[in-house]
Amino acid sequence: MNASGWMQLALYVGALAAITKPMGLYLLRVLEVDGRTWLDPVLRPAERVTYRLMGVDPAREHDWKQYAIAMLYFSAISCLFTYAILRLQPHLPLNPQHLGPLSPHLAFNTAVSFMSNTNWQSYGGETTMSYFSQMVALVIHHFTSAAAGIGIAAALVRGIARQGVRTVGNFWVDLVRVTYYLLLPLCLVYALFLVSQGMIQNFAPYTAATTLEGRSQTIVQGPMASQVAIKLLGTNGGGYANANAAHPFENPTPLSNFIQMLSMFAIGSGLTYYLGRLTRNQKHGWSVWAAMLLMFLAGTLACWAAEAHGNPIHRQLGLAADGGNMEGKEVRFGIFNSALFATVTTDASCGAVNAMHDSFTALGGLIPLFNIQLGEVIVGGVGAGLYGMLVFVVLAVFIAGLMVGRTPEYLGKKIEAGEIKLCMLALLIVTIDILVFAAWAAVSPWGQAGLNNAGPHGLSEILYAFSSAAGNNGSAFAGLSANTPWYNTTLGLAMLIGRFLMIIPILALAGSLARKKMAPASAGTFPVHGGTFVVLLIGTILLVGALNFIPVLTLGPIVEHMLTLQGEVF
Amino acid sequence: MAPKSPSLFDRAIVGPAIASAFRKLDPRIMVRNPVMFVTEVGALLTTAGIVTAGTQRGFIAQLALWLWFTVLFGNFAEAVAEGRGKAQANALRKARKDTLARRLGRQGREERVPAPELQKDDLVVCEAGDVIPADGDVVEGIASVDEAAITGESAPVIRESGGDRSAVTGGTRVLSDRIVIRVTMEKGHGFLDKMIALVEGARRQKTPNEIALTILLAALTFIFLLVCVTLMPFGLYSQVTFTVPVLVALLVCLIPTTIGGLLSAIGIAGMDRVLQRNVMAMSGKAVEAAGDVDVLLLDKTGTITLGNRMATAFLPAPGITPERLADAAQLASLSDETPEGRSVVVLAKETFNLRQRDVAQPHAAFVPFTAQTRMSGVDIPASGGVPARTIRKGAAGAVRTHVESLGGRCPAEVARGVDEIARQGGTPLVVAEGKEVLGIIHLKDVVKGGIQERFAHLRQMGIRTVMITGDNPLTAAAIAAEAGVDDFMAQATPEQKLQRIRDEQAAGHMVAMTGDGTNDAPALAQADVGVCMNTGTQAAREAGNMVDLDSNPTKLLDIVEIGKQLLMTRGALTTFSIANDMAKYFAIIPAMLMATYPAIAPLNIMRLQSPASAILSAVIFNALIIIALIPLALRGVTYTPIGARRMLQRNLLIYGLGGGVIPFVGIKAIDIVITTLNLV
Repeated sequence: MNASGWMQLALYVGALAAITKPMGLYLLRVLEVDGRTWLDPVLRPAERVTYRLMGVDPAREHDWKQYAIAMLYFSAISCLFTYAILRLQPHLPLNPQHLGPLSPHLAFNTAVSFMSNTNWQSYGGETTMSYFSQMVALVIHHFTSAAAGIGIAAALVRGIARQGVRTVGNFWVDLVRVTYYLLLPLCLVYALFLVSQGMIQNFAPYTAATTLEGRSQTIVQGPMASQVAIKLLGTNGGGYANANAAHPFENPTPLSNFIQMLSMFAIGSGLTYYLGRLTRNQKHGWSVWAAMLLMFLAGTLACWAAEAHGNPIHRQLGLAADGGNMEGKEVRFGIFNSALFATVTTDASCGAVNAMHDSFTALGGLIPLFNIQLGEVIVGGVGAGLYGMLVFVVLAVFIAGLMVGRTPEYLGKKIEAGEIKLCMLALLIVTIDILVFAAWAAVSPWGQAGLNNAGPHGLSEILYAFSSAAGNNGSAFAGLSANTPWYNTTLGLAMLIGRFLMIIPILALAGSLARKKMAPASAGTFPVHGGTFVVLLIGTILLVGALNFIPVLTLGPIVEHMLTLQGEVF
Repeated sequence: MAPKSPSLFDRAIVGPAIASAFRKLDPRIMVRNPVMFVTEVGALLTTAGIVTAGTQRGFIAQLALWLWFTVLFGNFAEAVAEGRGKAQANALRKARKDTLARRLGRQGREERVPAPELQKDDLVVCEAGDVIPADGDVVEGIASVDEAAITGESAPVIRESGGDRSAVTGGTRVLSDRIVIRVTMEKGHGFLDKMIALVEGARRQKTPNEIALTILLAALTFIFLLVCVTLMPFGLYSQVTFTVPVLVALLVCLIPTTIGGLLSAIGIAGMDRVLQRNVMAMSGKAVEAAGDVDVLLLDKTGTITLGNRMATAFLPAPGITPERLADAAQLASLSDETPEGRSVVVLAKETFNLRQRDVAQPHAAFVPFTAQTRMSGVDIPASGGVPARTIRKGAAGAVRTHVESLGGRCPAEVARGVDEIARQGGTPLVVAEGKEVLGIIHLKDVVKGGIQERFAHLRQMGIRTVMITGDNPLTAAAIAAEAGVDDFMAQATPEQKLQRIRDEQAAGHMVAMTGDGTNDAPALAQADVGVCMNTGTQAAREAGNMVDLDSNPTKLLDIVEIGKQLLMTRGALTTFSIANDMAKYFAIIPAMLMATYPAIAPLNIMRLQSPASAILSAVIFNALIIIALIPLALRGVTYTPIGARRMLQRNLLIYGLGGGVIPFVGIKAIDIVITTLNLV
């Protein structure tokens, strides 16, 4: 844990704090049907044409059910579209490597994975996907799944901020406006920046090179910068290359690494400001942000400390590298940047990686896994992080709100049986999704067949895979051969459940809150800002959200750590 | 604060409660409480496990025993709360002087029975002077009935058998003749019966907040059930075998049994506390709503002021001594039996030591107040050398006219004084003797002592007080300022009161009000919490959702506190219960894995003796904490109006942090005890 690490961390937090407000203010305009942006002259006409083509009346808002149906309908259609392209890959253009079709289960897994903003990849990008598949079948989800997530978060925030109405926004408008005004322009600039750092962007066939040892090597080519920009900004995480952000093309410089980490948090962080703005309680927005930041810092420091401390066995043998555990890490990034990237990507439900989490020490690997199991509410996926966090906010307000002697109120709205039912449903779904699938895989032949490591480490691999799928993270612990019919199918299902069965209660919550009247604040009102609230929120997340995973985490990473201390390896 | 509260564990209550705790083990009753139902099923499974246990039989038998205790302790808490509530209700029932009804037996013989015992279709006789004991229809005879208690109309109405004038209402009075009434009201719909139902667990309706909390607890229970069930396959993978009793022990420790076991006791105890203050609530919902109230509508009279205007000062006209004014004023008021009149007499006596003279002075003729003259006074004829005196007191305008008609005139100073008093919200009475104006009596509303502090408290609780009065705005503003209320409504009509409540509710407020008159009924019904005085009319009592037997309007403040305590106690125990889990994990998880992975030993941070003692200690702690918290559940967490933020900090510290730390200490202590006793 060296000075350069501390300085970079301070720089990172400073930059994050600096972009939160501008991003939030811009989101405020984007998420308003007639919000003005400086891109209006160019994009307004395109927006209008799009609505006309889709037959959408932008002035008509949806109630929560209509919003949910539109979202499900769009997701189903786009998922089928991607499935078809992946299956028909050889017959489609831009395939200079003549890559074959994907197997049905892999195509299912991949289509679901990208549609649900998970971007779990059971395949290696450069050996499986043609340029056309990357640029059309996959990238469309990079944009739309992110836009849908932001839209749902906005619907929930609108539900909190409005009163006595049924509507929570128009899904199509949110989808179109977020894509046009937010994601596309930002990605254009971002991609250009990445190219300036040395990232590739071309349609050339892969380069065949001869190494110094005289061996032949295939060097990946293709439209990388455009993919990578949205991969991070939209917290998708699906790498262009199999090595993801550890690949020199996909993450060429220290600056690109820093900006990539920042961009994973950019929109999610801005959404907390949006929350404060829309609910006219900016302190609340910042308090939610502060809770996220504290948990992020705790995770980063724990992961960094564990990695910097290195493998205890190596230490005992006197073989320890100076900096700590460098296994599975890119030497260009080193310990700190790998630990920070791993924390950010699992906090943010992104899933891009610049190091192999599987090779982290037991405790270092526990952090990313734990982050995902918390529900990815620490900034979280674009939109998904905020709505996941708001579930905990409602629960925290309910449990502790009783202690001030009033029916709990969240920003003036009474939290009653209906809201609690929906919040607990959302919480239940994620827990069931992870535990049931992982337990099934752990005891079934198909599950154990995929393992490359035995003992507790193998359990961590299975647990990580299903946590990542259910949490729509998409990062992999690696070490698990998941491209099998069983894994592809179960992981695909876990992703579907984790995304959509979670979203439906969330939208119902938005609808239920929107209908409620708002009680004016008084001295007896439960405060949803300030230090007490931040502590309370973190406590609720840890006690209600994470307690469920302690037994199985003990069997996995914790036992592994204890055994490593005694010199046992897996 | 709480009058005639029975001691926490009265022997008369504890005995039956223990029996009741066992009766409540019936799964059909237990299923109402998902947390404790799961615990009971777990206890059953563990009991079954004793048979197949082998070497661990002693350990598993103890585990089973403590799991049963967990369930029983929860039941016991509920039974104690019920017992206390019933004792309270019975005491009230005995104390209440019931109207005796004259029930007609089968052979036409009359018998006297208490009104609440009347059944539907009973025939009762009422004669002149009797109070009609229950709602019913006249089946025989005709009578004039005073229905002022319901309608406020003092003219009697005719009620006769047949036709559409046959319905009579309980609580009204027969003025003449004799009628026979068939009772139409079902037995058991009286206030007391409703109240008793509220303190009986089995028949009790859960309140909205309790339902929400039950959902939360049930969902948490389900999650932990899932955690324990999936631990089996995870264990299989890791080659750790978990036995059912151990998994049950983990489950019961993780699910929120503390709050689950005490939840209904808290609700019942809340109703008990309401009863202890001699208030009868129609539903638990109303008491809970009282905690949420943020606007209080209070009648000025009786609540904020002592009830009537009082003379507070004599302001003599120029050239007149105060004694002379006081003397004349006292004379003029001697026969005035209104509270205002009496207060003048008292003030004169107190300030100038003027003894009350014999009212029956020979020939003194008292002139009563009439709406035409708007004056009252006394005429004393000349006798024994004392000249005749004509003293009048009354409204300034009336006295001026009177004086001027006699050729006198009203000094400008007096006119100014009158204006000044009116501006201060007081009522000026001008006193004149003959054609000479003597001065002014200052009458004003006297605000009750200590009421300002009470309102300041309420403000800290986040509650706004609105005074309702029929006075003019000037008077109302002056009293409002003196009493320290936040707002007032002057010249309030029933319609305006109703509208005000609707407006407040539309703005998102929860409104409570007290009232007694029939014209309050619509407003009482509209308010979220309507407290009717026991002296109130039947209509008002029906409209409100609480009745205060003591007819003390400030009681509302107590009820608000009880409502708040109810919610706070639930929140505190839920927080405590959830915060407990951390320590229990540290006790049980290492114990479960120790056999397979001895390397895990450092996780046993409490250094518990053995896996068996660790698990048993956690389960015992889990059971005992329920017993330990029964007093808190019954008494309620103390409410102090210090603002929501500080309250939250205080309670988070006590129940959140405390809930995290206490089990570490408790489990360790129990572990020491049971290993010393060689129980495992």
